Amino acid sequence: MSDRGMADEEAEGMTDEEADPSAVVDALLAGDERTLARVISRIENRAEGVRPVLARLSRHAGEAAVIGITGAPGAGKSTLVDGLVDAYRDRDLTVGVLAIDPSSPYSGGAVLGDRIRMHRDGDAGVFVRSMSARGRLGGLSRAAAEAVTVLDAAGFDVVLIETVGAGQNEVDVVRAADTVAVLVQPESGDDVQLLKAGVLEIADVFVVNKADLEGAGRTVARLEEMRRVRKRAGSSSGIDSGDRHDDAWTPPIVETVATTGTGVADLIDALDSHREHLLATDDLATTTRSRHAATIRALLRADLEALLETTLERQGGIDDLVRRVEAGETDPYAAVESVVAPIEDCLDDR
Amino acid sequence: MHTTTDRPIRCLIAKVGLDGHDRGAHVIARAFRDAGFEVVYSGLHRSPEEIVRAAIQEDVDVLGISILSGAHDTLVPDVIEGLREAGAFADTLVLVGGIVPPEDERRLKDLGVAEVFGPGTPTDETVAFVREHVRERV
Repeated sequence: MSDRGMADEEAEGMTDEEADPSAVVDALLAGDERTLARVISRIENRAEGVRPVLARLSRHAGEAAVIGITGAPGAGKSTLVDGLVDAYRDRDLTVGVLAIDPSSPYSGGAVLGDRIRMHRDGDAGVFVRSMSARGRLGGLSRAAAEAVTVLDAAGFDVVLIETVGAGQNEVDVVRAADTVAVLVQPESGDDVQLLKAGVLEIADVFVVNKADLEGAGRTVARLEEMRRVRKRAGSSSGIDSGDRHDDAWTPPIVETVATTGTGVADLIDALDSHREHLLATDDLATTTRSRHAATIRALLRADLEALLETTLERQGGIDDLVRRVEAGETDPYAAVESVVAPIEDCLDDR
Repeated sequence: MHTTTDRPIRCLIAKVGLDGHDRGAHVIARAFRDAGFEVVYSGLHRSPEEIVRAAIQEDVDVLGISILSGAHDTLVPDVIEGLREAGAFADTLVLVGGIVPPEDERRLKDLGVAEVFGPGTPTDETVAFVREHVRERV
């Protein structure tokens, strides 16, 4: 099935109001919660017609402090995010939360992080949205980044992205954040794996949650050691020192007990200092530029893929090519050359 | 194969009011997940207002309210009223699970509950009902 087929179908299902990008944008900027929710759904569904909306909204984004919270399952992310939301609300800041969960590789379904702790009757200053990976690699980070843009445009002062730091997919997701906090549990064994997965490199702030547990001190000591090693490596070889971590930002290590709220204020201070650092140096501009580049590349890839599908279909479709390979009439390499040839011809004509 | 063409059905499984029994809610949440749905679970002791806001923000196709306390007579109408006020009722398939006497069931359906599932309903029956009745939308 092609993506276009899906998009057409969904375009038909749109209401008149949703077909008019300006009306959607106006409603969203006016704070209409349902419009915001629907736009995020349309992003997730890759619905046709959402792109003009995003194009307009992207011009209203850029004000929010975007914070990624990642860590191994069970590290206490949701509880900490909940504490952060309360603390930001106490400071009169509005908060959008994007909670990302993996989907089941078998059914494609997902039980998304429960909202057990979200006791906020009628507080319009908080918007919580759950998103699943829907089994697509790479696509999630784009959908998440677009959802962040939308929440930002909707006027939330802080946007929190909560994700399980299990793999590359999740690492890509938190790249949509200006500031990334990595949660580590005291001496869990999991944290070794977590750090191996490359999450160490993206941390702007380390959080040792459940700091009341035995072993917290050792974990802090280990993080300090890793931080030193990284700093040395960064300054001598230049590895990973370019984009985000120059000008000697040293990720602070904050100890929290999310269940009691201990340390949450310290965490907010650390997140704020990082943001100040970003603003004081050129880092925020650099991060923003690389994000724009990533968006452009992602859109390009999506559009080119659609073009390729069209070309492929015009030439009989994938099944036909497979049949011909099977029959020994061609091979996969020659088949691809023939599919791409018309596109190359067009490029040459330019 | 599960492709993006059939976008996942999104559901909110909600516990309203004071009863603290959520085994049924967990069972149906897992069954929905295994059917390929995306499921958000509300957690215990939610108010109708909280449920409505979660349903709106999560933009769910299906709202399953699980009640075993017998308070469905007041709580469910409040949820439905809230959905109507927010303009989300027409898009949301509202289901009730739990112990509901037949005369109350009729009243709930008059209010707009699509179906009531009693204890022991096979989960695949509920899944099939959702697939058949979920509202067409973006």
